[in-house]
Order: sequence, then C-alpha cells, then structure tokens
Amino acid sequence: MPWIDACATDDIDSEDLIRFDHDGRTFAIYRSPDDEFYCTDGLCTHEQVHLADGLVMEYEIECPKHNATFDYRTGEARRAPACVNLNIYRVKTEGGRVLIEV
Amino acid sequence: MPRRDYSMLGPDATRAIETGLLAAQWYHTDIPRNQMKDLMRRDDGPAIRDTIILFGAMVALAGTGVALWPSLWSLPVWLAYGVLYGSAMDSRWHECSHGTAFKTRWMNDVIYQIASFCMVRNPHTWRWSHARHHTDTIIVGRDPEIAIMRPPEFARLIANFFGVVDAWNGWVRMLYNATGKLHPEEASYIPEAEQHKVIRVARIWVLIYGGVIALAVVAGSILPLMVIGLPRLYGAWHHVMTGLLQHGGLADNVIDHRLNSRTVYMNPVSRFIYWNMNYHVEHHMFPMVPYHRLPELHQAIKHDLPAPNRSIAQAFAEMWPALRRQLKNEDFFLKRDLPVTAKPYREDLHHAALGTAAE
Repeated sequence: MPWIDACATDDIDSEDLIRFDHDGRTFAIYRSPDDEFYCTDGLCTHEQVHLADGLVMEYEIECPKHNATFDYRTGEARRAPACVNLNIYRVKTEGGRVLIEV
Repeated sequence: MPRRDYSMLGPDATRAIETGLLAAQWYHTDIPRNQMKDLMRRDDGPAIRDTIILFGAMVALAGTGVALWPSLWSLPVWLAYGVLYGSAMDSRWHECSHGTAFKTRWMNDVIYQIASFCMVRNPHTWRWSHARHHTDTIIVGRDPEIAIMRPPEFARLIANFFGVVDAWNGWVRMLYNATGKLHPEEASYIPEAEQHKVIRVARIWVLIYGGVIALAVVAGSILPLMVIGLPRLYGAWHHVMTGLLQHGGLADNVIDHRLNSRTVYMNPVSRFIYWNMNYHVEHHMFPMVPYHRLPELHQAIKHDLPAPNRSIAQAFAEMWPALRRQLKNEDFFLKRDLPVTAKPYREDLHHAALGTAAE
C-alpha cells in the first residue's frame, strides 16, 4: 500500500484532528496529547457524519452529531450509537510531514 | 397535502427519503474551530454541583413530605419534590444521554440510568430514539420524538402536563418489553445487538416497581408511591411546559434547526430544572456543547439565529394560537424570520417540502 503525504505535523493541534481527502475517500488524522499521529476513516460508522468537527479527548474521538466515541488508536467503538469499529491506517512522520498508508 | 403519518414505517417516512430530506446536510452556523473546541470541552464541576443540589433537595423534600404525611402541609413539599423527580430528571436524562453533562463517563451513565427510571424511558430504547431525533429533527415519519403532531391533540397535550399519556405509555411499554418483546417501531431503530438490553432494563424496573407497590400494600398507604412512581405524574408539568416549546408550532420537514426549533429566555429556576435546554436551537445545531456552555454558544451565534422568545409566557402566547390554527389547517406553521446578518439556507428544499408558510 502506498504512503500518502497527508499534511504537515504542525497542521494538527495537539489533541485534535483534521480531515484529509484522497482519491475519493475521506480520512481523519489525529494528533494525540503525547504528539503521536493516528489515522482512521473520516466518517462515523453510525450515520456517516464526518468526525472532523468532533472532539478529541485524550485518545477518543467523539462524533459531532450523536456523541458516539471511538478509540482512534484502535478504531474501537466505545459508546453508542456507534456499534461498528472505525478502520484505522498506519501513520508515520518524516521531515515534519504526516504520511498515511492507504 | 395529505394528512401527516407520523409512523416510522408509514408513507411519510418513505416520502422523506424520496424528497432528499435524509441525505441533506443540516445547516450550521460558522464558528471558528478553536472556539468550538473550547465550547465543547467537558468539565465535571458544574454537573457535580448541580447533581448535589438536585439530589440533596430531593432527599430533603421527600423526607419532609414523609414526615408531614398525611397532613395537607405536605402538599407543597410533594409538589416541589415532584418537579425535581418528574421534570428535572427529564433534562438529566437528556443531557446524560448525549454524554455531555459530565466529563467522566461513569457519572453520565449513572445519572442517565437514574433519570431514565424516573422518567419511565427505557435507557436503551430512548438513546436510539433520541439519536434519531437529532438525525431527523421534526421530519415526519423519521423523528420518533415529535411531541406535537399535526393536527394537535389538545386533550393529549393537556393530559401530559400531568404525565398521564407519556408515563402510562412508558409503564405499558416496560411491561411489554419485560415479556421479552420489542415493538416493531423500536426494532426499526434499535440495532439487534442492543435489543436484549432493552428487555433486561424493563425486567429490573418491573422488580423495583413491584417492590414499591408491595411496600405500599403492606403499609396500607400510597406513601411509597408518592416517593417513587407517582411524582412522574404530579411533577411532570414543568418538563412538558418547556418541552412543548422546543419545536411546537414551528416548521416540520426542514433541515435548518433555526426554522424548526425555539430558543426561549427563561428564569434561573426553570433553567436549573431544564439544564439550559431553553437554548434549543443551539443545542440541536451543536449537540456536543455541554449544557453549562450553551449561554456562551448562544452569544457566539445569535447573529445567525432568529430572535429568541423573551419568556416562557411569551413563547406560549406565540405557540398556542399557532397550534389552534393547525387544528383547522395542519399545514400552518410559524415561519421564523432570520436576522439580516444570518445566512439563508436551502430555500429550494424547504419550499418543496413545505409550500409557503401561512402568514
């Protein structure tokens, strides 16, 4: 799977996320409180609302529409109404850039 | 326009899909990400403070009511207790269902379970129904929580001020679920993997109510039921009063909360009981903002919202005549005027769904 240059590390605040669209797909890229980077599918598995407007709390992302939460490190659905896990993708940083493997 | 069919399985549900109301993007006022992150930030403090006040008052009032029973002097005490049990618990149920009241999850979950019991709303069923309410707010055939269906049934609305219809339905549904069954409409929005939880809670509640009723029989007094169960009836009026104002008389089948929801300025006591849900446009537009930050959210976006109603009385004076007009013409609704600073949104879709607003 190819590594895609998604954004600069500085584009994402600590404990926050951004939206990244690529090749007709949409992703969410996270920066954790300890400055690790993670990537999941961009849409909540409950009703396909984009997570980019959601709230990152430590290692969880909360959907902005129905407050479903996921562990963005593992994709695990932690709180209803989400019952299906998010897909996750490998992430690495090189020279101040965030690359995702999709 | 044919009469509305509010069934989740009826023709209006199909029509909502066909007209694009479900696939549509709801309107949101632009607000900078950093400001929104700050508004969404969770905090245990306000909800712990309010919960201590609420439960402390309930214990004190119930204790006083029991001590004064059966004197008439206990009446005002029960009325106050009832409002906390039968109305304040409605807002606690609501806010904790969103998971926004407390920062700590187990605190949200504990209060959610207690409040669900008090309001006779199965916590699992209603979590899903409320999610649907936020997905398809006041879209006929999709939203299972439309309080005022058109044409309005005034007898039902007034009876609900005493909890009669809703509480009765809650208890009947509890007994039905306790037999191991779900209503087909429930099954339409509760995932199969979650359905057993509905039944488990219903059975636990039946045991609790059975214990309270047995205690009342043994004691030869309704006093146990004055503490648990009956306050859902005699204390319901406040949450019905505020709840009807949320969407009553406004547009249905639109995808802009400014047109189908109502923000009302209220007195501090009602705001405590209602946990600031008087900022209802704001809540629907940004449901992740905790109740204690809604006044700030209101200040941040009010330039883009219709003018709020100035008081509960003024809001009822606006809504009640509109409901009366809907008796004769169920297509009548109050069209919200947006301020000149507001962005218009999807007039095309709204005209197709609504026709022209009655003046």
